[in-house]
Amino acid sequence: MAHGLLIDYQYCSGCHTCEVACQQEHGYDAKTLGIEIKTLGPTELDNRKWQYDFIPTPTALCDHCQDRVEKGKVPSCVKHCQAGCMSFGEVSDLAKKIDREKMVLFSLK
Amino acid sequence: MEEKNLNTEGSAKIKYGNAIVDVKEFKTQDDPGDRKWTWEEDGYTVFRGNARTGPGCHDNCGVLMYVKDGVLEKIEGDPENPYNQGRLCPRCLAVKEMLYHPDRLKYPMKRVGKRGENKWERLTWDQAYDFIEESLKEIFAKYGPESIYVMQGTGRDINGYGGRIAQSMGSPNYGMGFLSGNACYVPRVFSTALKLGVLVVGDYSQFFPDRYDHPDYEIPEYILIWGNNPVVSNSDGFLGHWIVECMKRGSKLITIDPKLTWLAARSEYFLQVRPGTDAALALAFANVICEEGLYDKEFVEKWTYGFEEYAEHCKEYTPEKAAEICGVDASLIRDTARAFAKAKSATLQWGVAMDHTSEGFITGMACMDLVALTGNLEKPGSMVAARPCFGVAQTWSGRWGGDKPILSEEQAVKRMNSDYPTLQAMNCISQDMLLKAMLTGEPYPIKATWMQTNNPITCMGADPKRILEALLKMEFNVVVDMFMTPTALAAADVVLPAAGFAERIGLTGHQPYYLGAIVKAVEPVGECKSDQQIIYEMGKRFRPDRNEWNNDKEFYNTILEHAGITYDDIKERTWAYPEFEYYKHEKGLLRSDGEPGFETASGKYEFKCEFLEMFDMDSLAIYTEPPESPVSTPELAKEYPLVLTTGARRWALFHSEHRQSPSMRRINPEPMITIHPETAAKYGIGDGDWVDVENNFGKCKLKAELSTRIRKDTVSADHAWWFPERDPEDGTLFGVFESNINCLVPMRPGKSGIGASYKSLLCKISKHEGSDK
Repeated sequence: MAHGLLIDYQYCSGCHTCEVACQQEHGYDAKTLGIEIKTLGPTELDNRKWQYDFIPTPTALCDHCQDRVEKGKVPSCVKHCQAGCMSFGEVSDLAKKIDREKMVLFSLK
Repeated sequence: MEEKNLNTEGSAKIKYGNAIVDVKEFKTQDDPGDRKWTWEEDGYTVFRGNARTGPGCHDNCGVLMYVKDGVLEKIEGDPENPYNQGRLCPRCLAVKEMLYHPDRLKYPMKRVGKRGENKWERLTWDQAYDFIEESLKEIFAKYGPESIYVMQGTGRDINGYGGRIAQSMGSPNYGMGFLSGNACYVPRVFSTALKLGVLVVGDYSQFFPDRYDHPDYEIPEYILIWGNNPVVSNSDGFLGHWIVECMKRGSKLITIDPKLTWLAARSEYFLQVRPGTDAALALAFANVICEEGLYDKEFVEKWTYGFEEYAEHCKEYTPEKAAEICGVDASLIRDTARAFAKAKSATLQWGVAMDHTSEGFITGMACMDLVALTGNLEKPGSMVAARPCFGVAQTWSGRWGGDKPILSEEQAVKRMNSDYPTLQAMNCISQDMLLKAMLTGEPYPIKATWMQTNNPITCMGADPKRILEALLKMEFNVVVDMFMTPTALAAADVVLPAAGFAERIGLTGHQPYYLGAIVKAVEPVGECKSDQQIIYEMGKRFRPDRNEWNNDKEFYNTILEHAGITYDDIKERTWAYPEFEYYKHEKGLLRSDGEPGFETASGKYEFKCEFLEMFDMDSLAIYTEPPESPVSTPELAKEYPLVLTTGARRWALFHSEHRQSPSMRRINPEPMITIHPETAAKYGIGDGDWVDVENNFGKCKLKAELSTRIRKDTVSADHAWWFPERDPEDGTLFGVFESNINCLVPMRPGKSGIGASYKSLLCKISKHEGSDK
């Protein structure tokens, strides 16, 4: 059983919801993060296109909201994600959902 | 806006502005089934309601509030609520930091020291009402009730209710507090009223409880995002991430912004315009669409007025001409116009940047013309009429809860707007005139203010030092807020504490999509009351006959009188979606006479709007260069070479709010100015340096954020900064003027009296020498 977090970062707007949902769920203070938004770019590519991406990245503190998951809920970051671009599940199941670029799968504790 | 006609008997046909709401019976699309509004779960009592503020926000997200021992322990998005479908933004997730903040105002207080000294005496509510009543009646006896200026801000569920307190007092002077030129949505609301008789919004399936899956729904092929960053700003009841859901389903984007936003980076077309030039771009799009015959011929022929003259008029605005004005490629303008015109459906996601230019009133019209030209009205995935549902918009009228307007005709005609025929037509105040009247007593004296949900010297008020001077000239100022703001500290004689959404009952805003309830989950901290309770309790002291409510439930039952339900019904039902249909203009649903077409002089969408000639304005949209720009004022631009745009939103902050919330301050710790790295290098400014920003109106100090996202000739400054962590007695009013970009913004509307210059000014920048702050 390996838990995973699949991020479809084509759609992550970088809104910080996952960070704050995690802090609230765990009672962390404002400086403590169980998941953190990382930024790529902005970099101008050719033909008027840009690379400007956000990738929510779980930290060492992520416990995949074990308490919630045991009650049949999804982790708080996944539940509240404004872009609906995060999925939680078994790594092997999530891997099957990867069918294009800009998707990244994190394995969790 | 006041109503023209209100029939309160039986089935109501309510007319407000020039839109009509028919409420015959409580017909809904959604079946509440066994939806519950409260339940027990893991030792918590869960309350299902809506986060309709405060703290401030423009949305109505469905929330689940988890309460233990009378304390709000956590809040989650409601996954079943069709509006937000479980998602929730950081500000709401961390709302406890605001609700239970030690600095919350908890009791009514009266100033006992000098203004600004922060010396207060606690009062009971009765004592506070007595004191306010006595003080104001004394002023009214000398100067008339029109001598009070009643202000609201945005956020908190104040829209539609705020006017009641002014009307009860007998003053016609009610509106947005010191927002120059009513420059937020009012210009667009009025321009759509003139052009097509009704406000329209983009269709992202929000009118259907089953959302994107509804059989009649189709996503917009293109979403034209113009002058806003909706995923961050969520303005005017629009949840920005609906766009992301449409993108997943195939919608393509066009973004027009001086700054590369995340949405711009995902757009097929991104036009990085010079601020304030949008109308020239809109006219050039129209030029291409008309010249190449790409317009919706059937729609234009059947449903529009003045097309020939409009097409002729647009010939002048070639893409080459607009390219020079706007600073984008002519070929990109052509390609974008073609893509937009050829789309099966498209929405115009327009933002406050339209209103924040001097002639923003016209900019909005020029953009709306593109919608009509391409026939993107009333079809799925286009722009659709948006009227507040179930008759609750009667609060905008001056007479709800009675047969006659509260305000006498004699008082109504004193509304301060005589310099501006446009504002007279709209029954809107002129903030600019009111500010002058406070300072000079002309054309008549303003001697008192009531400020509820606004903090004008910090946010929204242009030329804030002048506003402070004017407030200090007042004989009496009342502030109703959740915190001691710089405005309250500086000028209030009485402060009244307002409750947050978890602490009181209410309704969702005046949204066209659905009606929901604000549900009380916990007792208010201290003795806080809802804004509405304060409005009718205070109102009772002036007009007991028109403020007969004994509690909030009675108050909301009156507002719901045309809906045929009570507050408890909507609380228990949790939400209600009214019936919805497309192509309303074909079915006679947009006109008061029931005929097909639009509620305008011609009965059609008006490219040529002759009504405007009454105001000495052109009947066709034209482009006017901003009052200060490298083009209109080249001499000034030698001293102030950069274009200054202000007020773009940040994730964690709603205007001047949330500065107290630690987790929000982690995300947005300081007031920033975004500068292109090449521009910053010219001035020896590094990332994170403090920068002096100065222009012909004033100066302030902001922290440099170097980014290639912004045009090289433009800088973009944050707004509404203050530092509540400072000692209130250090003499700086929480540092309110140190990083206040509005010090560089004039209190000056456009020709029409609406529109302002928040988005297009000039400035110079230099590295701040001296201490870090």
